[in-house]
Amino acid sequence: MKKQWYDYLWIWSIVYFALGFFNILFAWLGMIDFMLPLIFAIFGGNKFFCNNMCGRGQLLNKLGTDLKCSRNHKTPKWMVSKWFRYGFLVFFLCMFGNIVFQTWLVASGAENLREVIKLFWTFKVPWGWTYTQGMTYDWIAQFSFGFYSLMLTSTLIGIIVMILFKPRSWCTFCPMGTMTQSICRIKKN
Amino acid sequence: MASKNVASVSEDICVACGACTKVCPRQAISVINGCFSFVNEELCVGCGKCAKTCPADCILIKERAS
Repeated sequence: MKKQWYDYLWIWSIVYFALGFFNILFAWLGMIDFMLPLIFAIFGGNKFFCNNMCGRGQLLNKLGTDLKCSRNHKTPKWMVSKWFRYGFLVFFLCMFGNIVFQTWLVASGAENLREVIKLFWTFKVPWGWTYTQGMTYDWIAQFSFGFYSLMLTSTLIGIIVMILFKPRSWCTFCPMGTMTQSICRIKKN
Repeated sequence: MASKNVASVSEDICVACGACTKVCPRQAISVINGCFSFVNEELCVGCGKCAKTCPADCILIKERAS
């Protein structure tokens, strides 16, 4: 099959995390990956993004299949089950809501900017070198730290399940995938 | 001549990620309306690459109905 430009979007996935290592404000670019799948699903009634343009999926495939980093074991049934998929989607949306709430707290002056990223929603990692106070509004930076944490954590989870199971095991419970498939199913019915 | 085996998708389990579509040597499998994968049985040769790749294990290789 002839390669398309979007077959190389796995590079974008790496570039995104690299940019966030130097300037956290680049984390906002991740909103593209958040909005595009929804736009395709709502207006196109398809999962073109997941199927062709997901840089994370491509990267996991590259690592798991091409670089043979995956054990290629079966994904556990519970991980593919509806309750886990929708449960993880709800959890993920709650965590995203928390990021928005923290941003609002900083914007309203109730909280100070915290220059840390949180891995797996638990472990705080200092990330202050990526932002200089006064570069922009603090709430913009606060959202960046939160969103970058979410993107990095979900990629790390993807890498862990890629190693343990199949290259694209993450796709079975990816919140964006679950959300867009649900939209497509609702639209079709 | 049609192959002995053919791929079959469990539509209820399929997450429509499209991983199967990328490995099919005959382009016999596609994602329908973002809902699930669909196998064109006329093109499918039952090689099993899609089943091996599927992260949800929702593709079975079964004997073609005569």
